[in-house]
Amino acid sequence: MTQTVFRFLWLIPALPLAGAAVNLFFGKRLGKLSGVLASATMGVAFVLSAVLVKELVSLPAEGRLVVRHLFDWIKVGNFTVAADLRLDQVSAIMILVVTGVGSLIHVYAIGYMDGDPRVGRFFAYLNLFVFFMLMLVLGENLLLLYLGWEGVGLCSYLLIGFWFDRPEAALAAKKAFITTRIGDTLMLVGLALIVAKFGTLDFTAIFNSTAAGAITKGAATAIALLLFAGAIGKSAQVPLHVWLPDAMAGPTPVSALIHAATMVTAGVYLVVRMHPIFELSGVAMTVVLVVGLVTAIFAGTCAFGQDDIKRVLAYSTVSQLGFMFMAVGMRAYAAALFMLVAHAFYKALMFLGAGSVMHGTHDATDMKTFGGLRKTMPITAFTFLIGAAAQAGVPPLAGFFAKDAILEIANHTGRIAVYVLGTFAALLSAAYIGRLVFLTFFGEPRSQEAEHAHESPPVMWVPLAVLAVGAAFAGWLNFTPEGRLAGFLEPVAGRVPTGPGLTVPVMDAIAVAVTLGALIATWYVFASGKIDWLAMRERLQPIPRMLQNGWYVDKAYQTVFVEPGRTFAGITAFVVDLKIIDGLVNAIGAGVKRLASAGRHLQTGYVRNYALGLGVGLVALLFWAGVRG
Amino acid sequence: MTAHILTITTFLPLAGVIVLLGGGRNLSDQITKLIAFLTTVATFVASLVIVGRFDTAVSGFQMVEHAAWVKSIGLSYLLGIDGISLWMVLLTTFLMPLAVLASWRIEKDVRRYMLAMLILEISVVGSFVALDLLLFFIFFEALLVPMYLLIGGWGGERRVYAAVKFFLFTMAGSAFLLLAILFLYSKSGASGQATFDLRSLVSVAGGLSAGTARWLFMGFFVAFAVKVPLFPLHTWLADAHTEAPTAGSVLLAGVLLKVGAYGLIRFNLALFPEAAKYFATFVSVLAVIGIIYGAVCAIMQTDIKRLVAYSSVSHLGFVVLGIFAFTRQGMTGGVLQMVNHGLATGALFLLVGMVYDRTHTRQLGELGGLAGVTPWLAGAFLFAVFASVGLPGLNSFIGEFLVIVGTFSVSHWFGSLAAIAVILAAIYLLWSYQRLAYGPVHEEHRALPDVSVREVAILAPILGLILVFGVAPRLLTDKIQPTTNAVVARVHPAHAQDAAPVLPPAAAPAEGSAP
Repeated sequence: MTQTVFRFLWLIPALPLAGAAVNLFFGKRLGKLSGVLASATMGVAFVLSAVLVKELVSLPAEGRLVVRHLFDWIKVGNFTVAADLRLDQVSAIMILVVTGVGSLIHVYAIGYMDGDPRVGRFFAYLNLFVFFMLMLVLGENLLLLYLGWEGVGLCSYLLIGFWFDRPEAALAAKKAFITTRIGDTLMLVGLALIVAKFGTLDFTAIFNSTAAGAITKGAATAIALLLFAGAIGKSAQVPLHVWLPDAMAGPTPVSALIHAATMVTAGVYLVVRMHPIFELSGVAMTVVLVVGLVTAIFAGTCAFGQDDIKRVLAYSTVSQLGFMFMAVGMRAYAAALFMLVAHAFYKALMFLGAGSVMHGTHDATDMKTFGGLRKTMPITAFTFLIGAAAQAGVPPLAGFFAKDAILEIANHTGRIAVYVLGTFAALLSAAYIGRLVFLTFFGEPRSQEAEHAHESPPVMWVPLAVLAVGAAFAGWLNFTPEGRLAGFLEPVAGRVPTGPGLTVPVMDAIAVAVTLGALIATWYVFASGKIDWLAMRERLQPIPRMLQNGWYVDKAYQTVFVEPGRTFAGITAFVVDLKIIDGLVNAIGAGVKRLASAGRHLQTGYVRNYALGLGVGLVALLFWAGVRG
Repeated sequence: MTAHILTITTFLPLAGVIVLLGGGRNLSDQITKLIAFLTTVATFVASLVIVGRFDTAVSGFQMVEHAAWVKSIGLSYLLGIDGISLWMVLLTTFLMPLAVLASWRIEKDVRRYMLAMLILEISVVGSFVALDLLLFFIFFEALLVPMYLLIGGWGGERRVYAAVKFFLFTMAGSAFLLLAILFLYSKSGASGQATFDLRSLVSVAGGLSAGTARWLFMGFFVAFAVKVPLFPLHTWLADAHTEAPTAGSVLLAGVLLKVGAYGLIRFNLALFPEAAKYFATFVSVLAVIGIIYGAVCAIMQTDIKRLVAYSSVSHLGFVVLGIFAFTRQGMTGGVLQMVNHGLATGALFLLVGMVYDRTHTRQLGELGGLAGVTPWLAGAFLFAVFASVGLPGLNSFIGEFLVIVGTFSVSHWFGSLAAIAVILAAIYLLWSYQRLAYGPVHEEHRALPDVSVREVAILAPILGLILVFGVAPRLLTDKIQPTTNAVVARVHPAHAQDAAPVLPPAAAPAEGSAP
């Protein structure tokens, strides 16, 4: 029975791929149907994923691993890379998120992209993205994962730059691809190192060999850090986070799907998947934890300084991903994946909600011009509120359980500094999301657009409603760090670390107090009408400006890397190559010419001389050989 | 008939040459082009027979054709093919019809142009199948003339400078090659009849002292390094590519450069394995410099053809690096990369030509917004760009990855440094694509037509193969491997088993659900 069902595993990625191919070539002819087609492939892929995951769950806990061999991709010497798909507990969760949340975003995009002349292309790229994302999480070896990894990067490039006639979109697309590629290249070197050490890229073989002591701690650290560099790029962690805020130049459904719910979580998936090597290293785990923590706090402060609604959400995503890496760094893989699921719901919801706001206000994104939208866009406002409350950590919504689990584990494993700083990051995330909500939906309208805003059509708000249900109730999956999801993941992710520390009710109380405190404070500043927050911000300069500019990291990179790099390349191309190397060549050529004309006064061009020389030489050669022979 | 399939494939274009010469000036330009096109298609079909007959159980030469030619000097008509030259021949015969199609808008002196193209095909294919060193040298030298004529006769503004530079550079290299060949030939005379037969010369070269072998290695090496081109002998390439007509650039990048890398394997490694090992680090350093240097130079180019030319320096560095790692993965990856580069860069040059046909400029600063005006042309361009960037799923990635893996197991440094090109390629290619296709469109480009049927006929096969070989590289590597493995076993027996350590057998992943 199981064999027959799992035989269809390949169909899950193949469906969106087929949709992409059809939309790419016939999208113009399909017109409005292209979105329906794309959504349909996603819907079927989701149903199929659900069926297969249900089948997987029905297997005995220790046997929940399905590997389907498709064909041998590369076979050189003893080195083989097969196109094998792997369905286990981790990939099961990932494919449900990707196809589930992905389906909703596809449906929403039908409404959002309505009227765009290139809608066929759009859905082709969106479908293609899902294909690559599914390959990333279903691949049974690192090269298939890398295929998906680069493929989603390609689609991200195409979709950020979808409105390519806008220079900022074209620039952001290129920046995203190149920035992530820095990490990807280090990851590629990591893959080469794995091949050198293990002779294979298959997960199962790598884990077995690692368990058998095939590599040293030092090698494990090198591999883990190289792989983690890839994760830093893809998941927009410090110091490669700079591409994500700019990526908001793409259409909003893209931001929701790629830059919030799925692609950016690939780094988390990678580290969870490869955790045996990270654990063997030890040092690498600490690096992951520190990077996550630093990113969570750093991006939280940046999010607080933004006025553009999508940029708040972008920095928020960076910050929330930092939380996930904190969890991973503490070996709390189940907590990381739980947060990944919860975040997929509430962040996709908020991005789509922001898109709905833009849709209703003629593409306005500056929160200073919003205000009072809860009256004109009630459904958007209500669902957004659920998403925001979920992220802020209001019980009993999903974010509360997810974030709490991570902080709890920090506390219970004796990492008091992580617990305190993590709580601070949680405070920030409640504060910036509160600021966003109060500026956008509360108070009075501050512009014509906000006053005359209109609610979005059902094709857009129905997905919002479904996501809101998810954001509200995803907590049921895992009420405690050792909850149902953790239990399901235990065979691959290991036991959730635990130990002495504050009791759960105490920590819950602290968390709720932090959240409510932040929300009340932001309401007072941004929506009560009692404070002129813009004037207050002016008084606090230059700090707000610094936050708004993301601590000037972009400017620093421009000064330290980009400009000198350009100068260096210019000198190489136009001085070293053109003047020195080629100059030398031409000088030799000129010398030969002078010699030739002085010696022989030949009127003919060089080449005829050389052709002649060649002919004469050959004849002479044959003659000489003939004499000898 | 198939017994002489190599001869047939090599000299089939001669039929076209004869028809064109016989028809004289009576043939209209259209007919001339059609004759050239049909000839190259027929040649391609003939070369498919070679693939069909190719036996992967043989690691050495097959389909060998041997006839004494000038007995007195030991010159023989000796052709043969193995897993390396097989795909070089196929790449040539595949690109030729596309190059002819891409020349459809040539109006100046069509007959001579097509004659040059057909003669070029004969000499390139001949270079790849000749196993007699003198025969090889004749083909190798002969291919200069038609390419010189193509650049000098139908090229851009500085065509004469570029053509002469191309000619002189390669001729200078050839002088060393000829000397080395003659030296070997004279040595072979010591024991009976002197010969140019590669198979006999291998044992002759084996008897030389290490010092002599190293000198001879350098003689061959310089000639081929110019062709590859290897840093610092690359400066002719940018000028030649920039000034050549589209078809000239396609064939230059697609196949002519491959003659250099092919020569390194066929002659340098076969004749002087010890010297090759001795110089391996030196060559690898040049290759790594070329990989990074070419990419850095490409970043700042404003002429798109020059940009692609410098990217070739970088990509061909990968080929040489892979070859001189002397591992199975490196060597196979290097040969694979030769094919991949021919397709990906060939496609890029074809597309640049199509852009030029419409806009009459190659300057990135004068382009922009083409994605809005000509979406299919821009889309095809982007496809070729990502092939060159090394996107997994497209062909170039597999070759680059195998080279990096194959090199890495020998030297972490070379492997890691080569990987930097992966970042740089994204920078120069995406930046140029942004300037070409994105942003606002220029006023005078608003009404440009999108791809024509002829252009689809050019692009569909080459872009199709880029995808096919990305998904199913074994179509190529299964035939390359027997030969490259044998080469590795000969040059570096220690690597013959494998580059990667074989670990205690891990529990194999079960088919279907695990127990």
